[in-house]
Amino acid sequence: MKKGSRPASLKDVPFHYCPGCTHGIAHRLVTEVIDELDIRGKTIGIAPVGCSVFTMDYFDFDMIQGSHGRGPAVATGLKRALPDRVVFTYQGDGDLAAIGTGEFVHAAVRGEKITCIFINNAVYGMTGGQMAPTTLVGQMTKTTPFGRDKDINGFPIKVCEMLAPLEGSAYLARVAVHNPKSIIKAKKAIRRAFEVQMQGLGFSLIEILSTCPTNWGLSPVKAVQWLEENMVPYFPLGEYKTPAGVI
Amino acid sequence: MSKILMKGNEAIGEGAVRAGCRYFFGYPITPQSELTHFLAKRLPEVGGLYMQAESEVASINMVYGASCAGARVMTSSSGPGISLMQEGLSYLAGAELPSVVVNLMRGGPGLGNIAPSQADYFQATKGGGHGDYHLIVLAPNSVQELLDMTQTAFDLADKYRNPVMIMADGVMGQMMEPVELADQLEIKQVAKPWATTGTDYHEGRNLINSCYVIPEQMEDLNNRLEKKYADITRNEQQCEGYLLEDAEIVLVAFGMASRICRAVVEKARAGGIPAGLIRPITLWPFPMEFVSKVADKAKIFLAVELNMGQMMEDVKLAASGRAPVYHYGRLGGMIPDVREVLREVEKLYRGGVGQ
Repeated sequence: MKKGSRPASLKDVPFHYCPGCTHGIAHRLVTEVIDELDIRGKTIGIAPVGCSVFTMDYFDFDMIQGSHGRGPAVATGLKRALPDRVVFTYQGDGDLAAIGTGEFVHAAVRGEKITCIFINNAVYGMTGGQMAPTTLVGQMTKTTPFGRDKDINGFPIKVCEMLAPLEGSAYLARVAVHNPKSIIKAKKAIRRAFEVQMQGLGFSLIEILSTCPTNWGLSPVKAVQWLEENMVPYFPLGEYKTPAGVI
Repeated sequence: MSKILMKGNEAIGEGAVRAGCRYFFGYPITPQSELTHFLAKRLPEVGGLYMQAESEVASINMVYGASCAGARVMTSSSGPGISLMQEGLSYLAGAELPSVVVNLMRGGPGLGNIAPSQADYFQATKGGGHGDYHLIVLAPNSVQELLDMTQTAFDLADKYRNPVMIMADGVMGQMMEPVELADQLEIKQVAKPWATTGTDYHEGRNLINSCYVIPEQMEDLNNRLEKKYADITRNEQQCEGYLLEDAEIVLVAFGMASRICRAVVEKARAGGIPAGLIRPITLWPFPMEFVSKVADKAKIFLAVELNMGQMMEDVKLAASGRAPVYHYGRLGGMIPDVREVLREVEKLYRGGVGQ
């Protein structure tokens, strides 16, 4: 991808995302990979409910908008009917790891040959900054004004660690997009996930640690620092499962 | 044409296969289990897929996904499971995705029981899920109709790009009757240029969606749906009349209850009461025009249902005050017998019309 050029799979329209939000980077990485693998014409994406519902307007290939949390079930029905296509979901932490817990776990259990792009920014964005299942203990949100209390809300969910023991999961990685080095690694992981799907090896999921400056109440620069200092220690980066086995 | 003995649950499954349905996603619940057992064996025989989902919520969303692919797809369930599917049904209607959902109704509310019921009439015909939408709702009353109407359901779903529900009850799923099976299969698959199959496989870029942030655009969708529902209401009302020519007391019943009422009408007539029967076959659209015409002549209506009086409200709307509408129902999974309905007919006739 040439510097400054736009992936063909990404429409040339203004994003609605807030300044400093890293959805834009994640969108760019996913679409660069789709272009590079030359699979745009046979790829179908499933948009979630939340900020990134608008991926349906930004990704320039066939898109489906699914109900809250059910992307992996929609992807299952679609992929089973069209097994030679590339099918992926793009979901936030509320969509995937709270209301959609049943669907992503069982898609992995069945070894569905789909890819989940899972944006973990530790907060509900679209609805105005409530606690997410990935909100850190002590993190303040609109619904945890005194910080997430483990006695009330429990602990943040670690999706990659949860899925790794399941035999149907083939490729799991947690990446981040808070600096150029991480972004390069993130793209490699996303590419690997799509390749694993295309090779028919099983379920793949990429968890992308992301920022939400608006709902974190931080500037974009401070948000990137907060991610590195708080999220990365709790959600360690790296591959959790490859087709060769659990890492 | 061959004639064989079939169970209702099998007839639905065979009807689906004969309609070209190759995908079924479902979750176990009584009393529809035998339908899933049948399809788990039958679908692989024709190159199809039977998949057991982790929940009814997942099932209906798998149906959504397979429908996006342009496939003929079905799920089935009963009461509590159908309740869990309501959000998905609203999405299917909003995104205009053809699909077939079978509800073999059981006693409720709550967990209720697994005995036959017709208590999901409101849920099926008046919304059930959120937003302004309608399902097309079919109410067969024999094993032959379970087979035939399952095939019809897929055609209607494709024709109108709308989810279709087949409403029956546990007894109908269990009962065995002779069924005529056509030797030649005629599957009316239609082109689905809107399906999200990948841009290499169709013109332009396809988007399947029910989210319109701008109210004017949402209203455009609502208006389009409203027009479609008006077309369906105009074109698809179906019902059957029995001995209505001189009927003064008209029973209205669908599904299982209509079979009982047919016997009631015959016995009433043997006893000198001019009774007739209207059997709605489409519950939505409700056969308003037919019932309304009958209301010009009939003196009294009696809706007989396995519920507290749900379809009765539509009969009242159709009658528009021209004839009183009464209700007789058994609840909790009980089935009325011919004698008790006959007593009700006699009571109403002698107490009102026959005076």
